[in-house]
Amino acid sequence: MSELRFEQVSVRYGTARTGLTAVDRVDLTVPDGAVVGLVGESGSGKSTLAKAAVGLAPVSGGRILLDGRPLPTSGPRPVQMVFQDPYSSLDPRMTIGDSIAEAVPRGTRRAERRAEVARLLELVELDPGRAGAYPAQLSGGQRQRVAVARALAARPQVVIADEITSALDVSIQGTVLNLVRRLQRELGTSMLFISHNLAVVRYVASEIAVMYLGRIVEHGPADRVLGDPQHPYTRDLLPALPDTPRPAADDPALAAVAAADPPDPHHPPAGCRYHPRCPIGPLVHSDRDVCLTTEPTTEHRHAAACHFAPPAPEPLPAPVRAPQEVS
Amino acid sequence: MSASTVGDPLVQVAAPARRSATRARWGAVLRTPVGAGAGLLLAAVLLLAVFAPILWSDEANAIDTDSALQGASAQHWAGTDALGRDIFYRVLVATRLSVELALAATLITVVIGLVLGTAPLLLGRRAGRLVTAGVNIAVAFPGLLLALFFAVIFGVGMTGAMLAIGFAGAPVFARLTQTLTAGVAQRDYVAAARIAGLGRFRILLRHVLPNVAEPLVVNATIGAGGALLAFAGLSFLGLGVQSPDYDWGRLLMEGLSGIYLHPEAALAPGVAIVVAGLAFNLFGEAVAKGIGLTTTLGRLPLGRRGHGAADDELPATDPSPEAGSDDAVLDVQDLTVTFPGADGPVRPVRGVTFTIRRGEAVGVVGESGSGKSLTALAVGRLIEEPGRVSAARLEFLGADLLTGSERAHRRLLGTSFAMVFQDPMTSFNPTRRIGRQLAEVAEEHQGMSRSEALARAVDRLRAVRVPAAERRARQYPHEFSGGMRQRAMIGMGLMGSPALIVADEPTTALDVTVQRQVLDLLEAIRREDDVALLLISHDVAVVREVCDRVLVMYAGRIVEDLPTSELGNARHPYTRALLATVPDMSVDLSRPLPVIPGRPVDPAAQPVGCAYAPRCPLASARCIEEDPELATDPTGRRVACWHAGEIAADEPGRAPVTAGEPA
Repeated sequence: MSELRFEQVSVRYGTARTGLTAVDRVDLTVPDGAVVGLVGESGSGKSTLAKAAVGLAPVSGGRILLDGRPLPTSGPRPVQMVFQDPYSSLDPRMTIGDSIAEAVPRGTRRAERRAEVARLLELVELDPGRAGAYPAQLSGGQRQRVAVARALAARPQVVIADEITSALDVSIQGTVLNLVRRLQRELGTSMLFISHNLAVVRYVASEIAVMYLGRIVEHGPADRVLGDPQHPYTRDLLPALPDTPRPAADDPALAAVAAADPPDPHHPPAGCRYHPRCPIGPLVHSDRDVCLTTEPTTEHRHAAACHFAPPAPEPLPAPVRAPQEVS
Repeated sequence: MSASTVGDPLVQVAAPARRSATRARWGAVLRTPVGAGAGLLLAAVLLLAVFAPILWSDEANAIDTDSALQGASAQHWAGTDALGRDIFYRVLVATRLSVELALAATLITVVIGLVLGTAPLLLGRRAGRLVTAGVNIAVAFPGLLLALFFAVIFGVGMTGAMLAIGFAGAPVFARLTQTLTAGVAQRDYVAAARIAGLGRFRILLRHVLPNVAEPLVVNATIGAGGALLAFAGLSFLGLGVQSPDYDWGRLLMEGLSGIYLHPEAALAPGVAIVVAGLAFNLFGEAVAKGIGLTTTLGRLPLGRRGHGAADDELPATDPSPEAGSDDAVLDVQDLTVTFPGADGPVRPVRGVTFTIRRGEAVGVVGESGSGKSLTALAVGRLIEEPGRVSAARLEFLGADLLTGSERAHRRLLGTSFAMVFQDPMTSFNPTRRIGRQLAEVAEEHQGMSRSEALARAVDRLRAVRVPAAERRARQYPHEFSGGMRQRAMIGMGLMGSPALIVADEPTTALDVTVQRQVLDLLEAIRREDDVALLLISHDVAVVREVCDRVLVMYAGRIVEDLPTSELGNARHPYTRALLATVPDMSVDLSRPLPVIPGRPVDPAAQPVGCAYAPRCPLASARCIEEDPELATDPTGRRVACWHAGEIAADEPGRAPVTAGEPA
């Protein structure tokens, strides 16, 4: 397994005039054997970043490096992806065995290939005897496990999981998350785990990166980002979870900020992109003009892109490895 | 229904193995009267094409100058031509050439169409765009014009005409192929294949073509009929088949000169053309129609079982805790929703009983397919044919929705009942301004004038905290963000003076930060106007925050009804399991997440006993044999479980007993 590094990666869609910068100069490293959780709202560019890593979105600036080398543009991809919707990510006219076998590297003999499919199905806790089944015969959770098996069949160095549980029922979500954790622990796969659900990310990731309007606004070890968030956006995401208590907004300025709409990614706000929704920004504190004009650097604790985050005490500590084993 | 989370129960019913389903569908096509007729006709034409020249070539070519240009007689059924040859036999023998040429032209069309149509996929973006543009221009020319143009280029004669008709049909076929392949190429499985390192050509062969084959085959069949007619046309004009060869078009041309003396000579090939053309076209149409049908809806269970017999199978009516209380906004008793299925009626909602009091917020939770959305739709009288709703009582604000005029119900529901759907993207008409869509409600149900209604719409948008409501009312849905659109949807519900808002997964499609805003808004509306709320969600956390009472549904029945505050002491094992599976910010990271083993019940195959028994850690023999009733306890809580309140030793999650364990 290996390290996946995004260096100043930008992804632009459309023309210069009407275009949209979905990912804007993103630096992110998925360390060897670690699970990095990427959270953010829809439109924040997290899925686009994932697509760029597997070659489904055009990289218009920067580089994506795997162990320091650029990603190959043809042939088998060392970065594999599991998609959000298990109902559209499997060919309805192909047996699940064929779908998995297809991803097994070329040049494998037929018998080996079949054995490999059986091994993979067993790995994702499905009966190898069901290789001849069609996706329509499987439940959503089972399909998603087949999709995981297919991604692993290509012997990837990094796996990207893009919202793999959000199309599933909560009762099934757990089986897929448990599987991801178990596989990660057993195989030591490096993984970029994308989700809008912080509770889900918290469960599988050792590091968390928060994305807002195409930029990473905070990044650090999971327990620290969640326990002591530095960027106001991260802080807003945390209490936005329905079961966490939150302070009542008595201040009308705070209430206005809380009710603000997500901005249009075609016209990102100047300065700090979060300022129109920021509870500690210029709309609440009239003296904080700097947010309107200057984009914050990431030289703060947790690399938080906020002018008012405390400075980083020392260089970022080495990332913690996957969640601790049961003793 | 939902795009992402909620599986349509009907889809789950109609999910047999792919291959047999395909076969069944083609079989079903042949069982329809049109399909059977067209199939027979087509078979006859093809058989004739094969055997007629072998059997009757001699008769057709026998020259008898003595009996030239005769009318119909016992000897010559369709008369004779200028050389005294029997026209009837000539028409029969000409079948082969006519059909052959039509099929050959169709083959050319299909091959060129496929090549051009799949080129954008194979060539990449820039070259693909060029091909697409070329095809789009070619499509703009009428087919026959193209055919005449090509006929001139390739020269007069059989080959020329064949190429001409083949080429002329290609642009349309290419366009169709392009559209279909572009649709499939966007699917995730194609992206997955690309990531797996498959070449474009392999992706095309393995993933794209099999998934677009059916409509293409149908179109080619219809195209063959068109080619046959076009060929007859060209030959008739003298641009097609040349003497001594003959096809139907040529026979028609020869026969036409004497049409006033003996019309049979022109009519016979004319009839042949019509019959063969119809055979191809009707067969194609029948197949197209058959493929469009879903197998579930194919066979209605009419007459299979009497209605009374079907109802006998229902579980006993759930006793209502406060039946007919004056305070009730909604009183539902023994609500059942039935859909016709392949093997008899399917009941995704089975005997649901509940009441909602004024200002009360009731949540409905359950997995997909538990019937929670259908319950909401049934209450709003929104179940479409072929679904059927029955109930012992369905009263809204004291008015019986089961009897009485449809008009009165519409009016009552239109003003006092509001529904908010999951996907704010699809619940507005994209071509009309938001303000007008809201105003329409007031115009229709409250008889307001246009300007009054619009003023009310702006006022309501303001009430749901849409900033700059006046300007926003003039905007189109696409100019609204998801959360804003959901607010506008709620605003639409507030155009009347609702007593009940039914919200079906209103926040599922929204981001967490926006989710909070919408929930707050619903809460505020409820407080201010004493509106009752029926909130359907798969997310227990959302329900827990907003609602006073929770109905837990499983396999179309309510299995537990309890106050939200009591969720921690749920008595039904399913409720506890459902709560335990939701990961929150305090989940113990060192343990696996609790899961509910097994899968939800298929509504088409409900077990005799408790539907949850196969997944339940408490299940006993009684659970498998007997379905527990929804029993009301003295505190008004209801639970349907033979082991209510018991807790299994190995039960997943943080049920009260296991909570004391060290983390």
